[in-house]
Amino acid sequence: MTWQRQHLLDIESLTADEILTVLDTAKAFKAVGERAIKKVPALRGRTVVNLFIEPSTRTRISFELSEQRLSADIINFTAEASSLKKGETLKDTAKNLEALNADFIVIRHSAAGAAHFLARVLKAHVINAGDGAHEHPTQALLDAFTIRERKGRIEGLNVTILGDILYSRVARSDVWALTKLGARVTLCGPSTLVPKAFEQMGCRVTYNVEEAIRDADIINLLRIQHERQRKTMFPSINEYISLFGLNKARLARTKPDALIMHPGPVNRGVEIDSEIADSSRSLILEQVTNGIAVRMAVLFLVNGGKGPQEIAAT
Amino acid sequence: MPESHVILNAPAIQRALTRVAHEIAESNETAGDVVLVGIQEGGVKLAERLAALLSSIWGQPVPVGQLDVSMHRDDLDQRVAPKVHPTVIPFDVTGKTVVLVDDVLFKGRTIRAAMDALNDFGRPQRIQLAVLIDRGHRELPIKADFVGKNVPTSLAEQVHVRLVEAGAEDEVVVERK
Repeated sequence: MTWQRQHLLDIESLTADEILTVLDTAKAFKAVGERAIKKVPALRGRTVVNLFIEPSTRTRISFELSEQRLSADIINFTAEASSLKKGETLKDTAKNLEALNADFIVIRHSAAGAAHFLARVLKAHVINAGDGAHEHPTQALLDAFTIRERKGRIEGLNVTILGDILYSRVARSDVWALTKLGARVTLCGPSTLVPKAFEQMGCRVTYNVEEAIRDADIINLLRIQHERQRKTMFPSINEYISLFGLNKARLARTKPDALIMHPGPVNRGVEIDSEIADSSRSLILEQVTNGIAVRMAVLFLVNGGKGPQEIAAT
Repeated sequence: MPESHVILNAPAIQRALTRVAHEIAESNETAGDVVLVGIQEGGVKLAERLAALLSSIWGQPVPVGQLDVSMHRDDLDQRVAPKVHPTVIPFDVTGKTVVLVDDVLFKGRTIRAAMDALNDFGRPQRIQLAVLIDRGHRELPIKADFVGKNVPTSLAEQVHVRLVEAGAEDEVVVERK
């Protein structure tokens, strides 16, 4: 199929074919990252603004490196140093960036819908790098890429997402992506952090961790997001560790080929035992590597103009 | 309904490739220095066929790779994103004679992108170009070293190379839109 979208705002509106197009394209970009010369001229002369209104390290660095490997020019814009602190609205900030002839805006914002808003008011290509608790589409795409690379498929796999689901944009994007690709997704965590309403997205909700991990092919652990919780949603971290933390005893009761994922940053000793995070069953660092390939693929695909599909006979 | 006619049938394609293989062998006396690289996606199967023919002429295997040029195209902002195929170059190109292989030579822009892409893998001693069809209309100063058949065309026409490897019958068709 041909990719026609000018933006990447969410996973919810993508078709399975569109998701697979990103994954297939990312495969070629992963190979670029393994060469001696890791750079291609696909975005030469294009300007990308990384508008990170909410703090982020790994996503911002991953986007920056992806943009550099595509030969784009980059402007980094962070909350601390921005005029948003001086009272400028998001729209004015973005309009000013566009006046610099930015071709792409990669936005991370604490408000759900921030990327959709920019896509409506700007002519630039907009990529959502996480909007509040709504979506984090490139994380879901890199998770799907990593699972497909290691398991050879996604359809028919049991994927369990364990942890803070309520505040997690990663969980939402992962559920959309993985269910569209035919995985059976189970959500598990403290009942205050895993609303039953998620079942409407086509996944299973359980509060019993043993049941959640028993048949899982992939266990995706999510961090407890202290910064998004206005009040404590469970009695104590120690109780969370004993009820939901992935330790050796629990790991022993999973399928022997079950693999562990985590979008980072990892709270060692909380959601996952340190040893498990470093074990051969952990895909955590592969996720980081694959993130660059997936983000290169997304930038490459949305860069496409509205012109002809194929250049006439070569 | 677009009108189309066959300009090369299966035996004619085979004869053209055999001649091109002999020309490559004639212009490269030291067999061990030659590698073939097919351009995705039309050139890949042709490169494999040429490699098989050259291997039997020289009596030794000829390395063959495949190169995708999507990321090096000069028209990426004027068209929807192209489908990216794998690039596999399982040998060092530095110091080698690389014969780029494509099905149709037209504007020359694919070949420019291919030379650019190839540079990321090393510095070949020489790059040569082999194509099955040269249909004219160059927009860049690029010329093929080995040509299966020169076919004068109009810009309103399309040239399709169909091969058995892709589930078709071997033939080259000119189609008028």
